[in-house]
Amino acid sequence: MRNAFVAELVALASEGEPVVLLSGDIGNRLFDEYKSRFSGQFYNCGVAEANMMSVAAGMAFCGLRPITYTIAPFTTTRCLEQIRVDVCYHNLPVIIAGVGAGLGYAANGPTHQSCEDIALLRALPNMTVICPADPCEVRLALRAAMHHDGPVYLRLGKKGEPSVHPEPPDFAIGKAIVIRPGSDVCLLATGTILPVVLSAADVLAEAGIAAQVVSYHTVKPLDEPTLAGVFSRFALVATVEEHSRIGGLGGSVAEWLADRAPQRGRLQRFGTGDYFLHEAGGQDYARERFGLTAPAIAEAVQALFASIRRELKP
Amino acid sequence: MKHDLAELTAIASRIRGKVVQMSNSSGAAHLASSLSCVDILVAAYWETLEIDPARPDDPGRDRLLFSKGHAAAALYATLAYRGFCPLELLDRYAQAGSCLPEHPSSSCVPGVEIASGSLGHGLSLGLGMALARKAVPASRIQGRDYRVFVVMSDGECNEGSVWEAALMAPAQKVGNLCAIIDYNKWQATGRSNEVMALAPLRDKWEAFGWSAVEVDGHDIAALVEALGRVPDALGRPVAIVAHTVKGKGVSFMEDDNNWHYRIPTADETHRALAELGLA
Repeated sequence: MRNAFVAELVALASEGEPVVLLSGDIGNRLFDEYKSRFSGQFYNCGVAEANMMSVAAGMAFCGLRPITYTIAPFTTTRCLEQIRVDVCYHNLPVIIAGVGAGLGYAANGPTHQSCEDIALLRALPNMTVICPADPCEVRLALRAAMHHDGPVYLRLGKKGEPSVHPEPPDFAIGKAIVIRPGSDVCLLATGTILPVVLSAADVLAEAGIAAQVVSYHTVKPLDEPTLAGVFSRFALVATVEEHSRIGGLGGSVAEWLADRAPQRGRLQRFGTGDYFLHEAGGQDYARERFGLTAPAIAEAVQALFASIRRELKP
Repeated sequence: MKHDLAELTAIASRIRGKVVQMSNSSGAAHLASSLSCVDILVAAYWETLEIDPARPDDPGRDRLLFSKGHAAAALYATLAYRGFCPLELLDRYAQAGSCLPEHPSSSCVPGVEIASGSLGHGLSLGLGMALARKAVPASRIQGRDYRVFVVMSDGECNEGSVWEAALMAPAQKVGNLCAIIDYNKWQATGRSNEVMALAPLRDKWEAFGWSAVEVDGHDIAALVEALGRVPDALGRPVAIVAHTVKGKGVSFMEDDNNWHYRIPTADETHRALAELGLA
């Protein structure tokens, strides 16, 4: 994902976009080509993220399109005050790129994990929150963010994420993408967990359950037409994210439901738990601990779907 | 100097009188913090800044970021007397629904560059603006080589983000950036140097790589001279430690920290205006 990010960054700068990359002392060698070609458009802001975020806001005031880039928690929760006051209050076009969001840096411990960022950033007025699912969506999301007149949080993975889209899909902020059609249940995935959700759909298919899978890449603003459609069509709609069940995509959809008359579809939320992982272990291990694996998701969906069916046909 | 010193002193007195009246009529606090920075604002807005009240969004304008947002009354009055907005607007200060909140919001009146109120933001914002000038080819940002001045409080220097910016600015050689610290020796509930070890404040900035000077923050001519050091010939950011008196200009408010929060009565307002030669 980060390679896709840099490739699109170079493309945008080549096209003459007034982009400036601010790095929180990260991305060793990653930005070499960009730095050599656009030396005046790269600043290593050091390990000082609060200052970096305000510097980005100051640059945006002057007509530039700054991007802050570091490990997700350091460019979100670490400097939340600066995002709120300097970026969001002034409604400035700053792109906040958080790399290794969710459990991407699970092996580095909870200091580097980022499972509360969506909740905190989406509560801020003027903020847009996008969680690309694969390298292709990263490029499309970065381009869309560059042309968006306001703050955008780009919640990125790290490296080696599998491609989901064989061809670049139509991409617009706030418009979810159907990846796989289905008729029984609907799985809304946001971010890098999407390939796991596609595998879960395979497991469900073997059990005779046709799951629709959606890349619900924008958590704010919510794609309300898509939600209205799937909650009227499916008896079960599940949200899946590498983020706390509190305040992320699942929380957003729950809020959306609470404001409406009862819908046909029932909501099931998959996400990380309300606790820190104190033991060692990488992303796969952490996903397993939080029940974010294809078999675990499929099993829970299958169980709830069976119970809904029993309720419907007594 | 462009103006006669006596004229500038008279403007400063009028601003102080207006600020006292604004506090009295609105019931809004931070009067003493507003009074301490008036001479800094007069020196900057009347002598130093390349600005045109008719073109507040000129991309080549010098920028003054008012980071000690709690002293908004002083900023509003300064902008009004400098011609950015009508003086009558000040009567609406802190009134429900008016465009002049107790802390400045973004572009609430022409000439207000940033929203402030939460301390420790202005210097980093200013650094970003100063850096923007050299970030991309000149064609991208039109206008002249502007300068960025940030007015801060001494209490504000408690914030870690100030020192993050203080570390980065010299590394980037932003000679067009200037921090002015209104060093009135008080913060909200105590002596600044008892709460945090600010002193020696000029030495701290110098040690961080800034061109740092100390001035009497009520000597307008000295302030103008110090502000004239920007841009620094060696490319260093400039720090001006301006020694001030909280509540300056009204004898019974000077160096009395009760006036951080106290609102003057009608009688006190009258006495203050008399002392300022305005009644």
